[in-house]
This record gives sequence, structure tokens and C-alpha cells, in this order.
Amino acid sequence: MTPAPTANLRKLIARHRLREQLFTIIGLLALLIGLLVLLGLFTQLAVTGAPRLTPEFFTSFPSRIAEKAGILSAWVGSLLVMLVTACTAIPLGVAAGVYLEEYAPKNWLTAIIEINVMNLAGVPSIIYGLLALGLFVYQFGFGQSILSAGLTLALLILPIVIVATREALRAVPGSIREAAYALGATRWQMVSHHVVPYSAGGIMTGVIIGLSRAIGETAPIITIGALTFIAFLPTPPVTGEFPFLSFQWLKNPFTVLPIQMFNWTSRPEEAFQLNAAAAGVVLLVMTLAMNALAIWLRYRIRRKIKW
Amino acid sequence: MVELAVNLFDDAPRHELAVAALKAEARNLNFHYGGFHALKDISLPVYDHSITALIGPSGCGKSTFLRCFNRMHDLYPGNRYQGEIVLYPDNVDILAPSVDPIEVRMRISMVFQKPNPFPKSIFENVAYGLKVRGITRRDEVEAKVEEALRGAALWNEVKDRLHDLASNLSGGQQQRLCIARALAIDPELVLFDEPTSALDPIATASIEELMLELKERVAILIVTHNMQQAARVSDHTAFLYMGEVIEFNDTKKLFTMPDKKQTEDYITGRFG
Repeated sequence: MTPAPTANLRKLIARHRLREQLFTIIGLLALLIGLLVLLGLFTQLAVTGAPRLTPEFFTSFPSRIAEKAGILSAWVGSLLVMLVTACTAIPLGVAAGVYLEEYAPKNWLTAIIEINVMNLAGVPSIIYGLLALGLFVYQFGFGQSILSAGLTLALLILPIVIVATREALRAVPGSIREAAYALGATRWQMVSHHVVPYSAGGIMTGVIIGLSRAIGETAPIITIGALTFIAFLPTPPVTGEFPFLSFQWLKNPFTVLPIQMFNWTSRPEEAFQLNAAAAGVVLLVMTLAMNALAIWLRYRIRRKIKW
Repeated sequence: MVELAVNLFDDAPRHELAVAALKAEARNLNFHYGGFHALKDISLPVYDHSITALIGPSGCGKSTFLRCFNRMHDLYPGNRYQGEIVLYPDNVDILAPSVDPIEVRMRISMVFQKPNPFPKSIFENVAYGLKVRGITRRDEVEAKVEEALRGAALWNEVKDRLHDLASNLSGGQQQRLCIARALAIDPELVLFDEPTSALDPIATASIEELMLELKERVAILIVTHNMQQAARVSDHTAFLYMGEVIEFNDTKKLFTMPDKKQTEDYITGRFG
């Protein structure tokens, strides 16, 4: 082959450069469309809801008069449901992830389980709602309670926690496992002293991302029959007399932020739309705060871990 | 059995072998990774208070052989041992299924190719083997950690920052930390799997010097890629090729007047 004259080469390079610039522009546009639409939605929500974001909004129960209505029962409900979800999904999900990754033999059975866990993460949430309605509400008799809702959402985010746990564990290099084994550690010591602590950042990130998904879920909660108009708070978990702790609240009816929002948006009066927007802002801020916490935690823990 | 070893390697200078006590001995060891026959009928003595080097080209099975000594292969499915590795003085076959690999690993410790400190403090790294052994009394642990760090020639460099993260140490210091970690459990035999291959020449020299000091206390079995290293530090050398021991000899003899043609070809760089 004869070498191409420089002029031809330059033309070729110029053409390649053009394509490169073209893609830069397309990529930037794609990014901007996504971001700007979200930003626009959020700004609109914030501007609409801003006048209603008063301290009273957080301390009032829902009301038939839009200006007096608040989200007290909704945010307390969301918080308690999340508490139940976290207390269930974290131990179950982490234990299952650790078992699958570190203990289970690698064979076709575990491969099938693995694929199914992945698929469970994609099951529509309303299906979980139906399952919970049959199982928790009726079969176990938990009723339309905080407990039922928390368990339902825990099931919903369990696959997320399991997958995140496995991925975090897998990031721990084999040389660290061998180092522990070589000193005479058992598998449980290797897992509990090393692998799990070192992957705590990744596990917590997965857990928080799961919880921030759960806090916005509406469909399964409606399916199990959460009430939309709750003008009272659950029984306080701390009591004045022995044993000072009460779990009565688990059995109480409740509402959560997304349901409160849904309820307001379906009202004909314009004023309730403002309430819905304000509640939306609160929900969004809660979700964003949880994600920020996940990022911060991951950064804090990873900073200490170098292989 | 001592006799057997001496007879097996009749070419080695008899006085040296006779003086050194046996620490361990592989007898007709075969090892399979699934369908791959990685070690073929290996018989090899490891003497106490001396350094035994394993050399050979990549894939010859030297690391595989080393990792039989602390049953590291048990961690992965599909591996199979045949034959014995007898540990002295108690004459126990550490490959026997009835022997708990954890017990073996508490007696025989290992230093890996790449420094692999835990992402914890220097102190916690060295103390980990003690923790596993159930030694928790603070003063005892502190004394052992100091002893191990002194043994690994690291004490003076880290004594003021024992609670710093181990990852802040240099590569050579990390490897000495791993040696300290391996020493803290008072092992009888220490396995070194190419301990200096990830280190610069200065760090390498310090590790070699350290090994020469350590052999006063323990038996050492080292895999090395570097023939000069084997020649510098070891007392006995085994040349492995394609899963077989081609030659086991006194190091000086093996590097100056090898018995086998293949050994000579390898050490003179004609292959490998």
C-alpha cells in the first residue's frame, strides 16, 4: 500500500472530528432534556406548593378546609412505615445476600435463585400489594395497619437490598478473604470481621436507595387499603408506665405522604392542589435527602478502604 | 521418615541434611484442579530453621504446591489432594480429611504475593490472628503485636502510629506488616508466595534480610520467580517443572552443579 498523501489524511481526520463534535452535541442535548424537564417539574411543584409550606402544614391533620389541612398523620405514617420496612428488609436482605454470595454453593439451583431475585426487583409494585392483601391483611390478620404496609414495602425492596449486598460483597477482593482464612478464620469470622464491614458502604447505599423507593410507593399501600383520611396519630411507641415501650402503633390504621397527595389531587377544589404540591415538595425533599445520605455514607466509608 | 528423605536426595550434602530436623514433608503428593493434574507425585522435605525455595517457570505448580501446606485449596470447589504432607514433630498428615484446615492454618501461616493488609489499623492487622485464636487480653495482645512487628523489622517505623490505617504504609512496609501478621500467631512454618514480586529492589532486599533472620525461629517455604533470590536466601531449592519436582538439592549445589540437565537449562536461562 502506498502511504496516503497528507492532504487526504487531514480530510479524513477532519471528517472524524466532525462526527465527534456531532456526538458531543447530541449527548449534551439528551442530558439537558432529561435534566431540564425534571428541574421544570420540581420548580413548578415548589412554586405552587411554597405558600402552603408553613409550620402548621406539618402539624395539622387533614381537613375538609384546604387552608387548614396538613400532613401530620401522613408524615408520621410514612416515617413509621419506613421504620417497619427498614427493620425487616435490612436484616433479611443482608443475610440473604451474604448467604447467596458467601455461603451458597455455586450450582444451577443458586443460579436460578439469583436470576429470580433479579426478576423480583422488576415485579410491578401493585403485585406486591395484592400479595400482601391476601397474606398480611387477611391470612395473618394484621389488618390494614402500619405493620402490613411496612412488611409489604419490605418485600418490595428486599430484592434491591439483596442485589446491592451481593454487589458490595463481590467488590471485596479475594486476596482479603484469603488473608483472613490464612490466619485461621472461619467463614463466619471472615464474613463478619472483614467482608461485611468493608462492604458496609455499598450495602447501606443499597438499603437507602431501596427505602427511598419505598417511601414514594403508593399502589401497594392503596391495595392493602390504607385510609386516606386519618385525623389522629398512631399510639405513641413510648409510654409513661412499665415497660415504657408499646407496639400498639403497629396495628393502627395510617396514611402515608403519597396517599395524602393522591387524595388531594383527586379533589375538585383548586386549593387542595396547592396542598398536594406542598406535600409533593416534602416527599421529594425526603427522597433527595435519603439519596444524599447514601452518597455521603458511601463516600465516608470508602475513604477508609483501599485495597 | 527422616531417613527416607535423606535417601531420596542422596546427592545433597549429607551433613547439612542430617543436622537439620524435618519440619514437614510432602509424600507422593498429587493435586487436581477439577480435571487438571497440577502436581504429580511430589515428595519433598522442608527442614526446620531453614529456607526452602521453590523455583520453576510460570504454571509449573510451585504456588499450587505451596498452597497445599495451609489447605488454601479447600476454599474452592473441585480441588482434590492425594498423598500426604506430614507435619513434624507430631507426625500428622495435614491433608487428611479428618484434620481441620483451620487448625492447619493456625500452625502454618502465609504471606501472599501482593501485600494484602486488611483495611483496618496497623495494630488490628497484626492482632487479627490473635483475635481468631481467642486471645483478647489487652496487655497480652499488645505485647504480641509489638513482638511480631519487631520480628518483621517494622516496629520502629510504625510504633508511633499503630492506629493509623495500614493502607497508608508503603508497599514494602505493607508486606512487612503482612509478615508481622503471619508471625503474631507463632507459626511453625511460614509460607511465602512470591513475597517480593510486587516490591521495588530496596523493599525486596529488606524482606530478604528479614527472612534470613526469621529462619532462626521458624521454617520457611518460599515460592519465587526470581532465581537470584532463591540463590541469595535459601538453604535448599526445589526445581519444579510441569507439576513435577525435577531436582531438590542444597541451594549452592543446585545453582552451581545441578544434577539434572533440565535444571541447568532453566537456571542458565535457556528456557522458562
